[in-house]
Amino acid sequence: MQLSREALLQAYRQMKTIRVFEDRLHDEIALGEIAGFTHLYAGQEACAVGVCERLDAQDFIISTHRGHGHCIAKGCDVVGMMKEIYGSSEGLCKGKSGSMHIADVTKGMLGANGIVGAGAPIAVGAGITAKGTGNVSIAFSGDGACNQGTTFEAMNMAVVLKLPVIFVFENNHYSEHTGESYAVGAESMTTRAAAFGMKAIKADGIDFFSVYEAMRELIAYCKAGNGPASIELDCERFFGHFEGDPQRYRGKGELDRLREERDCLKLFRTKVTEAKLLEGAALDALDAEVTALIDRAVAESKAAARPTADHVLEDVYISY
Amino acid sequence: MAMKMIRDVIRDTIDEEMARDDSVIMLGEDIVGGMGSPGGPEAIGGIWGTSGGLWAKYGSDRVIDTPISESAIIGAAAGASLTGKRAIAEIMFADFIGVCMDQIWNQVAKFRYMFGGKSKCPIVIRMPYGGGYNAAPQHSQSIHAMVTAMPGLKVVMPSTAADTKGLLAQAIREDDPVIFLEHKALYGVKGEVPDGDYLIPFGHARQVTQGDDITVLATGMMVGFAENAAAQLAQDGIGCDLIDLRTTSPLDEEAILDSVERTGRLLIVDELPPRCSFATDLSALVANKAFSSLRAPIEMVTGPHSPVPFARELESAYLPSPEKIVAAAVKAMSYRRG
Repeated sequence: MQLSREALLQAYRQMKTIRVFEDRLHDEIALGEIAGFTHLYAGQEACAVGVCERLDAQDFIISTHRGHGHCIAKGCDVVGMMKEIYGSSEGLCKGKSGSMHIADVTKGMLGANGIVGAGAPIAVGAGITAKGTGNVSIAFSGDGACNQGTTFEAMNMAVVLKLPVIFVFENNHYSEHTGESYAVGAESMTTRAAAFGMKAIKADGIDFFSVYEAMRELIAYCKAGNGPASIELDCERFFGHFEGDPQRYRGKGELDRLREERDCLKLFRTKVTEAKLLEGAALDALDAEVTALIDRAVAESKAAARPTADHVLEDVYISY
Repeated sequence: MAMKMIRDVIRDTIDEEMARDDSVIMLGEDIVGGMGSPGGPEAIGGIWGTSGGLWAKYGSDRVIDTPISESAIIGAAAGASLTGKRAIAEIMFADFIGVCMDQIWNQVAKFRYMFGGKSKCPIVIRMPYGGGYNAAPQHSQSIHAMVTAMPGLKVVMPSTAADTKGLLAQAIREDDPVIFLEHKALYGVKGEVPDGDYLIPFGHARQVTQGDDITVLATGMMVGFAENAAAQLAQDGIGCDLIDLRTTSPLDEEAILDSVERTGRLLIVDELPPRCSFATDLSALVANKAFSSLRAPIEMVTGPHSPVPFARELESAYLPSPEKIVAAAVKAMSYRRG
């Protein structure tokens, strides 16, 4: 582990922010405070943060149906995101996007997506822009999206055009309610990606350091002009497909076991404290800081301005 | 002014815009043609002859020949345009929109709205459309009603060489996504084209012929058919106020309503089938906003409610024609209230 103390604190801060953001959303949704469909990311924090901590502001990412974690990891405003999910006109997307479509192009975050598998082709386009500039484009996809034809087209086109695109497959083992062992016909996402002619590796998606180290290798590979690459991250989803999902497809005791044995935040804490890189008190202080931020985000969201009917037609076109 | 075929106008306009603005890129299937083949790059230069020579001039980073992957073509154009490029995507036949509909309908058309107005998506999706080639049901369709119905897209249907230049240059400079529909049967048509920078703003119809008896609305190849019909009708003393709408979104409602208020009669010519269509949309507009001006029922000359057939006899029966337009106009003129 060659990360500086500041880099370690930043990685933990980002992961913890995602976790508290998601846990708080879970509670607020249960209280009936938030409308619509919400798909929580908790459990997969090491994936988003392990990837995005390797990126700079000029790199691009495109997210999935489960996009909050990627948004936070790429540096989107957390309070603005919360206001967006609450449907406020002060939200990051003025209340037009809600949970499923949050984007901030100025941060290189090209959007969560309501359509599973739609992101990979768009990441290829960002790869066209990135080619030759030293930047990369990241296509986050789940194990559900990996079976969409769009993802196949995107992988082939990225190979053909030798684009600096990294396909990040977060394999949380469930596409909606269907197990990966049933829905992914190939041996793995990695063998499938390799068949398109790109470098394809795996990493442990609950271990920030595993993801972070693997991304160093892939980004260097892409920047050297070798074309695209892919990484499959073995990870866990702590909540259902959508909020309110009773998760009857889970095994008995499965969630309790995952939260006990495969929690990326617990793993991170154990690793850095045992290696004496960070002390528990510093992490506790960050926990408090993050919790205060999310408390403020929720309070401000509840008090924030609501859109009015005259906002419906705004931003359909730039000029009309 | 130079005389040019419309296919050459398209290539030359793209060339001028690419020379003017480094951020303009182009992508599509076989737009270079011959890549990876013994004949080599530029062996074809586009199935429609609308991109020959551009690859040699601008290179593979700006003229991007793609695999047959329509979803990835539109997605890539979208991603590039969100990140600073101006992308011109070619879908070889408009019929193939079915393959990439999600990227057009759910992604490109909605980015600006979903992202709270904080993004631009300068993308032109060029799609050759329409019948007349005996190309059968999956290579002959018109799709403008479908895309006109989608908020967030602008839709252009030029009918002349000059308009093709002005509207395409405008489309490439727009910061909104534009569906640019080129009628296949017009590619070989010649016309005078203004030299230099020439832009036609969207939402402004073109008056083709002036007349006081009946308003005729048309787009694309239908404009020529209607012009032919108007000449025949003029010989019988029927004056057609023929309007080429040029863009279906935005729509020049003012030109339509002003004309109908003057003539009192409306005839709509369109290649699409008649149900839930562009013709019915225009009918509803006029019935809603100029009802008291109407002196006869609104006439529509459209394709029937069928796919576009293959055989010459069947396709001719399907497509509108000058004769069908004349007959419909005469019917409107002869209407008497009972």
